[in-house]
Amino acid sequence: MTAGRALLVVVAVLAAARAGAQQMPDAPRLTGNSPPTTPVPAPPVPRAVTDDIRRGRNYPEQPPIIPHAIEGYQITLHTNQCLTCHARQFIEGSGAPMISVTHFMDRDGQVLADVTPRRYFCNACHVPQADVPPLVRNTFRDALQAR
Amino acid sequence: MGAVSVWLRTLWSVARSPAGVLSLGFLTLGGFACGLIFWGAFNTALEFTNTETFCLSCHEMRSNVYQELSHTVHFSNRSGVRAICSDCHVPHNWTVKIARKMQASKEVWGHVFGTIDTRQRFLDHRLELAEHEWARFKANDSLECRNCHSAVAMDLSKQTARAARIHQQYLLTGQRTCIDCHKGIAHELPDMAGVSPGWAETPELVDTRQRSP
Repeated sequence: MTAGRALLVVVAVLAAARAGAQQMPDAPRLTGNSPPTTPVPAPPVPRAVTDDIRRGRNYPEQPPIIPHAIEGYQITLHTNQCLTCHARQFIEGSGAPMISVTHFMDRDGQVLADVTPRRYFCNACHVPQADVPPLVRNTFRDALQAR
Repeated sequence: MGAVSVWLRTLWSVARSPAGVLSLGFLTLGGFACGLIFWGAFNTALEFTNTETFCLSCHEMRSNVYQELSHTVHFSNRSGVRAICSDCHVPHNWTVKIARKMQASKEVWGHVFGTIDTRQRFLDHRLELAEHEWARFKANDSLECRNCHSAVAMDLSKQTARAARIHQQYLLTGQRTCIDCHKGIAHELPDMAGVSPGWAETPELVDTRQRSP
């Protein structure tokens, strides 16, 4: 290869790389800011619904929502403060609904004496509510009411 | 033994005999001034041991309990009121405060000998430490809570229905005190297996409780 041809190849490669950089910008980010290190203004934290009135479920498998404040409730390796009211042995005194029997079942359907570890973290499914406009449009309709 | 008794006897006779050189005015006013200085210095030092700076000068406090406190409502909230360590862990009145400070000398021992000088050692002792505080709050009827949160000033109508009902039933009647239900409000809880929730029915309460039909 002569020196002239080698130079031509180098120039061609550089030009192609430059063109590629221009043609393929990053895809727009789906979440957060771009660039990601810019500060995101925090929206005000809405007040949770705390009226203690049990809400109906929108579909059979919906985890019941929490109608009281849970700020500061500890769910750790050592303690689960939800269970100080909702555990089977305490509901008579607290008047809280007992966690359902599905929470005592291991994954083979075997019912255990106490809450199974896979159901220990209550707020993985159960969440408090706030009266705010929905973040995304939702066309869900209850099948029973849709008829 | 003989030498000590001779020394004590000499001291006693000096204390009993009138001053030869110093005037009565100098002795009384000087004694009064020295008393003032001593008392002021003592209380200033005592108050210094109540500051956050003093508590956090031990890494056991700074890197365990203080970090946990900083996530809670007693540290940061909408009205900007903050409770520091001594607000909850030291009584305000002088006699009980001195008693608490004398108890706390055990904590100096613990610091010097490194009883809880790692996170793991702290966690191993957390239940014992927490039980001491629960017992103390139980014994003084949650005095440090009530320094700010008095039952008299509590507007039950501004609480949620459930909180108002429970406070009326247990707190206002004196059947329970704050710490019985409000454990772990400022720090992480220890292993709570076997620790009953404060409101849980005790046998004597089950009989008197009014059951709704």
